[in-house]
Amino acid sequence: MDKQRRNFLKIASVTALAGIGAPALIRLSSTAALASEHVAAANPVAKPSKGAHGESASTGMRLGMVIDMRKFVDDPKLLNKAIDACNSVHNIPQIDNRKSEIKWIWKAPFENVFPEQSQYHTAHNVENYPFAVLCNHCDDPPCVRACPTQATFRVKGNGIIAMDFHRCIGCRFCMAACPYGARSFNWEDPRPYIKKYNPDFPSRMRGVVEKCNFCGERLALGQEPACVEACKGTGAMVFGDLNDAQSKIRQVLDKEFTIQRNASLGTKPSVFYIV
Amino acid sequence: MYNKGTIIPGLVIFVLLVTSPIWFNGFKAATPPKPELPPGGEKKCVMPKEYMRDNHMKLLNDWRDNVLRDEERVLVTVEGKTYRKGLQMACMQCHSNKEKFCDTCHTYADVNPYCWDCHLTPKEAASKEDTH
Repeated sequence: MDKQRRNFLKIASVTALAGIGAPALIRLSSTAALASEHVAAANPVAKPSKGAHGESASTGMRLGMVIDMRKFVDDPKLLNKAIDACNSVHNIPQIDNRKSEIKWIWKAPFENVFPEQSQYHTAHNVENYPFAVLCNHCDDPPCVRACPTQATFRVKGNGIIAMDFHRCIGCRFCMAACPYGARSFNWEDPRPYIKKYNPDFPSRMRGVVEKCNFCGERLALGQEPACVEACKGTGAMVFGDLNDAQSKIRQVLDKEFTIQRNASLGTKPSVFYIV
Repeated sequence: MYNKGTIIPGLVIFVLLVTSPIWFNGFKAATPPKPELPPGGEKKCVMPKEYMRDNHMKLLNDWRDNVLRDEERVLVTVEGKTYRKGLQMACMQCHSNKEKFCDTCHTYADVNPYCWDCHLTPKEAASKEDTH
């Protein structure tokens, strides 16, 4: 009896010691929990990695676009041409009603496109000309996280944020999640509002959300996106792989100062603007 | 048995009434649908006829996932002609008449696929021709 109690006390004390000491041991042997701790330890004045707000570069192809607003100011008709090209290629209905309208690429004033930028004494060109706005095909897309059916998703091979209209249940979580207002909901049957059909693309039905798809169907055929093709020769829209150092878009990005829409949100937009 | 005279004729009338649909049209089988063959005269489909009859809906779903999700937009070649995967792009290039092809069986089987809520039949597409 006596011997057993002795053993019990020994085991209990060793266990208690191990329990108290374990967290300290784990902390000693593991690496820094936060990336920032690690960087700070290695180099107190570390430069943030490339991209907006220390955005780390993703790997693989990531399609993006540079929109040179100076070119659109030079030729005010160019933007209409780009928008019309998109509308006709994707069977987009023209609904003259702010609530029901469907927009893939559209015009918006500077203060709505870049609300976080100063609006105090902006240049005339910025103030007086509308900006071209489309889905930013974010590298960290909040819409994809919000979608309950995976109807919207990031295409692994090229980084496009695509939609599968078949799966969309019309819950509009993605519209609430998108900070750029890039998504439109079909409140009514869009077909009566489509002026001319493109037989190579479907229309949509009532109750689904839609948005720019970076012309995934045209890229598969080796064509450029419709809006980029409409601006051909002007350099107003440059399209390409942001992760390919040799691509034309990277040459533009390396040369020009560009801004992204509300990059501080951390969505990592793939559409860049030269103002 | 009490009231034999009324119960037995009543039972006979009841059974006849309940089985009346069989007597009226049970022995005349409804005419099976005859979907129209491609008006263009194409003889070969992407898969054998029997497979397509049973599994065209599965094939369409597979194609949808291939094209939209799996980045496999490879072309399908049938008798030297290439088609892009899709109801609009491939199937209806030959089976161009929805009413005489798709609808015949779908009506017979009482199924209502919602393909054409979005996808355009050649007739619908031609109704608002695009010029670009």
